[in-house]
Amino acid sequence: MSEGQTPRLSRRELAKIAALALAGPLEFAAAQHVHQQAAAEAQNGGGVYQPKALTQHEFDTLKVLCEMIVPGASQGGAAEFVDLLASQNARMLGIYTGGLAWLDDAMRREYSADFLTAKPAERTAMLDRIAYRRNQAPELAAGIRFFAWARRMTVDAYYTSAAGMKEAGYMGNRAVAKFEVPREAIDYAVKRSGL
Amino acid sequence: MSDVVIIGSGAGGGTVTKVLTDLGINVTLLEAGPMLHPETDFKEHKWPYDYPHRGAGEGGASYFGHGRPFGFFSAHAGGWELEGEPYTVAEGTEFMWFRSRIVGGRTNHYGRISLRYADYDFKPYSRDGVGTDWPISYDDIAPYYDKVERFIGVTGSKEGIRSAPDGVFQPCPPPRVHEVLIKKAAEKLGIPCIPNRLAVITRPTNGRPACHYCGQCGRGCVSASNYSSSQVQIFPAMKTGRVKLITNAMARELITDSEGKVRAVSYVDKATRSERQIRCRTVVLAAGCCESARLLLNSKGPGHTNGLANSSGAVGRYLTDSTGFSLSGLIPALEGMPRHNSDGMGGAHLYMPWWLWDKKTDFPRGYHIELGGGYGMPGVGSFWGVADRQEGYGESLKKAIYNEYGARVSFSGRGEMIPNADTYCEIDPDVVDRWGIPVLKFHFKWTDAELRQVEHMEQTFTALIETMGGKVTRSAKPVSEKISKGGEIIHEVGAIRMGSDPKTSVLNPYCQAHDVKNLFVADGGPLVSNPDKNPTLTICALAWRTAEYLAEEMRKGNV
Repeated sequence: MSEGQTPRLSRRELAKIAALALAGPLEFAAAQHVHQQAAAEAQNGGGVYQPKALTQHEFDTLKVLCEMIVPGASQGGAAEFVDLLASQNARMLGIYTGGLAWLDDAMRREYSADFLTAKPAERTAMLDRIAYRRNQAPELAAGIRFFAWARRMTVDAYYTSAAGMKEAGYMGNRAVAKFEVPREAIDYAVKRSGL
Repeated sequence: MSDVVIIGSGAGGGTVTKVLTDLGINVTLLEAGPMLHPETDFKEHKWPYDYPHRGAGEGGASYFGHGRPFGFFSAHAGGWELEGEPYTVAEGTEFMWFRSRIVGGRTNHYGRISLRYADYDFKPYSRDGVGTDWPISYDDIAPYYDKVERFIGVTGSKEGIRSAPDGVFQPCPPPRVHEVLIKKAAEKLGIPCIPNRLAVITRPTNGRPACHYCGQCGRGCVSASNYSSSQVQIFPAMKTGRVKLITNAMARELITDSEGKVRAVSYVDKATRSERQIRCRTVVLAAGCCESARLLLNSKGPGHTNGLANSSGAVGRYLTDSTGFSLSGLIPALEGMPRHNSDGMGGAHLYMPWWLWDKKTDFPRGYHIELGGGYGMPGVGSFWGVADRQEGYGESLKKAIYNEYGARVSFSGRGEMIPNADTYCEIDPDVVDRWGIPVLKFHFKWTDAELRQVEHMEQTFTALIETMGGKVTRSAKPVSEKISKGGEIIHEVGAIRMGSDPKTSVLNPYCQAHDVKNLFVADGGPLVSNPDKNPTLTICALAWRTAEYLAEEMRKGNV
């Protein structure tokens, strides 16, 4: 007898899972695992998201910023993603509260309006400065550093969402009976490579 | 009283468990971690968006460099650091020790690369005057490579290349687009690029369904279509009723009788933090090279104050890891390619065996090349590189990400390290782990032989990328910083080496201790050298051979 437990699924059941998997994408597997909802709820329109860590103003500002960084990021739950992690990590929270406050402060100095209430052209003008390392200057350094954080995390949130995966063109994470590579893709790359 | 106590349930322990139970022998299997439940533990087929943190971990750990090694979705249970189970590293040296405490150990998540050692790999000293010859030859182990490959299932093709002996292969799926380009570039450079040898089944095998090509071997495979000792060897063996598995059992010491034979294994039951003992007729150490060495060194007694089976002083010595170096590049020819599913097996479909084995190089031995690329499932961090290079925001950023996705390739070299006097592990008398067991202290040093090898890798990978019309993404670093850290490649072997001479080796050619007849070792410890082939297949083959020998010796009444 074993002091450990034996695995819960028999070989026959595993084979059944594999057979089912071959019948189509593995939504059933994903469906078996219901996780904490947070961002997903907001994405699915399951009510207005209540920020856990950011103030409502910070959250709304972040949402606009994320959408400018990656159009579609709202649908991908980018602001909710940041807020969730910030609620679990004081260092992450500090990066965003500090960065968003810097952004509002810089906007007010320049345009007498915070980021949310400024005109779209004014927001764009600010991002055109802080979105590039080549604009490095003492008065922009904190903004450039913050923007790099926001860009990475917005990109992550969007491209790990269903919408982002689709846009990138990821077509896997499914069971297939036979692995094949489309001839047209091979021809495309070989021709362009000159090899 | 147990006939055989096996300590550790990874590649070696799993193989011994399978072979002995098939021969009708009852075994007790100790595992320092918990039971594995693949269907709930493995994150196979999960999407990042199934988790609010998307795989960044609690609090976004991966943004601060504290994420799980190999990512949130990896199947291992452990990592480079285990809470309460430290190791120390001698001042001025670096070593990383990866431990996965769970039934199946590191085989649950490993890369599945399954390469036979070449005939010449067993006689390195005779060939180039460096290192030590094995006491066995390729012909001794070849039948066991056959048995292992037939049983666990390995992909590949007959190629007739001396540095990469052919085996019992299942068909390898076709190369992905970037691999087709790499093969063409390699051919131009005179480097063979052949179907990969992975412990993945592409045909139903022993009741296991064939691979379903989701590309997620590292997350663990619920259908057991790749090799893990847990699912492929231990669970089936448990069905025979001949396995007594004791989980959360941390082996502490081997206790000997007046004749110097092992009479019991002392272990800590982690759940109760109490010491227990199992009396045994024989014991097989398979805790992983360094963990098994630690157990021997911590088993002191009259007549073996230096540790058990250590009259040679070789326990802990001759430790090596593989060399590692990676380079990636962007290949314009792949940009904008018609999208398709490129997941395939969880690893490359091609690889490059060492090709200069009969040529003169400025370093001894060689390396093989592993390939990366394709449309991997996007995850946290997948596009940091392009986002940081491209900068900006909006549609131009999205376009850059779209173009680069699937257009990057990477090359990783895994090469042979020669054992050296400055690389070993010993007991650190100053530190104990949370179970009160003295810990290991590591000493590690790369020599010029390894550094020159890595320079060669960089030149080769650069040539491959440029031949593909690509651009290397490189950070100019001195070679001592380009090479992997000791232990980082997780191929640590050799610290309990076999040999014909009891004065310079711990084990005889059957991996039985020279000093202690009822003590065997079946992990990476016995390996005399660490050729440019990942060690798991050889660990399995040697373990299979050792188990058959042990069974025969038991039958004869010799142990």
